[in-house]
Amino acid sequence: MATIVTTPTATGAGQPAAKPTRIYGLLAEFETPGDLMAAAEKCRDAGYRWWDCHTPFPVHGLDGAMGIKRTILPWLVFGAGATGTLVAFLLQAYTNSWNFPMWAGVWVHGYPFLISGKPAMSLPAFIPVMFELTILFSALATVKLMFLFNGLPLLYHPLFTSNRFRRASNDRFFIVIEARDPKFLPKRTEEFLKTLSPVSIETVQD
Amino acid sequence: MSTLSQDHSLGRMSDNTIDRPGERAPLVLNMDKFSEVTATVCRVNEAEKAPFAWYVAFAAALGLLSILGACIGYLILTGVGVWGLNNPVMWAYDITNFVFWVGIGHAGTLISAILFLFRQKWRTGINRFAEAMTIFAVICAGTFPGIHVGRVWFAYWLFPIPNQMEMWPQFRSPLLWDVFAVSTYFTVSLLFWYTGMVPDLATLRDRAKGKIQQLGYGLFSLGWRGSNRHWHRYERAYLILAALSTPLVLSVHSVVSFDFATSQLPGWHTTIFPPYFVAGAIFSGFAMVVTLAVPARELFGLKDLITLRHLDNMNKVILVTGCMVGYAYSMEFFIAWYSGAMYEKFAFINRAFGQYWWAYWIMVSCNVITPQLFWFKKIRTSIPLMFVLSIFVNVGMWFERFVIIVTSLANDFLPSSWDMFTPTWVDIGTMVGAFGLFFTLFLLFCRYLPMIAMAEVKAVMPQADPHGAGAGKQGHHGHGHAHAHDGHGH
Repeated sequence: MATIVTTPTATGAGQPAAKPTRIYGLLAEFETPGDLMAAAEKCRDAGYRWWDCHTPFPVHGLDGAMGIKRTILPWLVFGAGATGTLVAFLLQAYTNSWNFPMWAGVWVHGYPFLISGKPAMSLPAFIPVMFELTILFSALATVKLMFLFNGLPLLYHPLFTSNRFRRASNDRFFIVIEARDPKFLPKRTEEFLKTLSPVSIETVQD
Repeated sequence: MSTLSQDHSLGRMSDNTIDRPGERAPLVLNMDKFSEVTATVCRVNEAEKAPFAWYVAFAAALGLLSILGACIGYLILTGVGVWGLNNPVMWAYDITNFVFWVGIGHAGTLISAILFLFRQKWRTGINRFAEAMTIFAVICAGTFPGIHVGRVWFAYWLFPIPNQMEMWPQFRSPLLWDVFAVSTYFTVSLLFWYTGMVPDLATLRDRAKGKIQQLGYGLFSLGWRGSNRHWHRYERAYLILAALSTPLVLSVHSVVSFDFATSQLPGWHTTIFPPYFVAGAIFSGFAMVVTLAVPARELFGLKDLITLRHLDNMNKVILVTGCMVGYAYSMEFFIAWYSGAMYEKFAFINRAFGQYWWAYWIMVSCNVITPQLFWFKKIRTSIPLMFVLSIFVNVGMWFERFVIIVTSLANDFLPSSWDMFTPTWVDIGTMVGAFGLFFTLFLLFCRYLPMIAMAEVKAVMPQADPHGAGAGKQGHHGHGHAHAHDGHGH
């Protein structure tokens, strides 16, 4: 299959070819998850570090093919959950069982009072709220940290300048090797990508 | 795909409910390209005009919503006395509606979280709008206790906010547990729904033609670009959210049932309540999913993604949970007799044969008898029948909550404090109006947000398997996008 190669001079109808531009990376397009997977393994084995696959859905097994290490997210979520449990316990114990003064925007006091014969410190009655706040803290931490680690929200990215790349959220599969990779050499990397027999190769400007 | 269809001589396939040993029934019909899924789902949002029926439904929903607004306005200006509440029936339509709507929400979380953990791939076709249903149902639910507190401007007293009165909520009360359970449930459901939607919003962003669409979808998709390093963390996060939502959904309706179970009232003071409420919630919620899915798939042309098999599966869940609910009804009666407590025994005989007998028997016929029809595959796969039956279940589950709440309060220990509850027009207006709120939100969702989780549906298509039928090496037989490619190294 012939690979369509798009260099900046070929696409940049509006820009003069002589203008020096910084390259973000090389973008290779594949048609099926299977092709992508095979190519990803070769990129990994070629020793590239600053590269990535872009797919419309998570492709099963691609993490291994790219050599991605497991995220530490679950451990941090566990920490957040435990914090939630503790916060809920302290909140309930303080407000319903203890009565020392505390500064929380205004000076506040706990207010232990007797209701339906329950002891002021009734741990069983505190369990439901402790459970709920554990879940709440964990869920908030999960979503927040996941987007944070992913560097999102990020409303502009050089890849969005490529028209082909729009299909990354539809039906095409991409590999991008970034120019900041120590092994990146425009010509040689392009030659390497060609050996993976992609549908097209495009140079993306920074 | 062609190997899986049963009637490919006819071209289009519509029935995928037949089970064949050794073959997986397809979850996406008549499509073998990922772009077809994208196009089918996005067409709903990208069309210049919605189908005519959408406008009719939206107008009706807005009409009901304005009734809700008027009733709530009248209630706030006048006082809770405009409802038919009395002593002893101080909870009636308001709390019935609250429990009804929270229950509806549970199916969405069950589909999105529990079925995800059990690797039920068919959930992908229905999870997005079932989750949307959850969120809108919880909004409706939250309205009722909010306006039932009487002086709504003090509703913030429900939360432990430091204040100059040095006044705190009472954490040993199940009503406060409810505040925490329902607000956590809403927040987590919203996070789950939104996180799941980000990749699909990115799809809509990449296809958007107009400036407003580009800006709107662009902002809310957070710059998602399908990076596999992102997908890796995303999938972890999604799994964690599912694992968190699963105990959460069970806890929410358990806590709702504690509102009743921890009281001393005959008919409420029973240990069966938490599991019984959870089963009932899932039962009613699935019925609501069917009620919504049937017209939505017709109207928006999503029959190949929300297939007959999805509906068949949901009807099976309705059948199972319906049996659980029926079992709970009979077990309640048994325990009332077996406990030897005369008040408990009276409460149940009074439920079935007292002044609210009609409500009880509506409940039994809708919730116990109706779902039994789903034993028959003909009925499970008949669109008009399942639509009607699902509405019966919705009605029955509303009456279940009414029966539990009102009959127990109306006739407690002392005959001298017995009274009947009669709804006023404000009660009825608020109940009907809540459907307006629900459907307004739901119709807006259908029009402007991706109704089906495209990324998830694509991932369960056979073409998505890098080692399977879609992979280069084996891609020769009959795939639209298969092409020659030398084999890869595994």
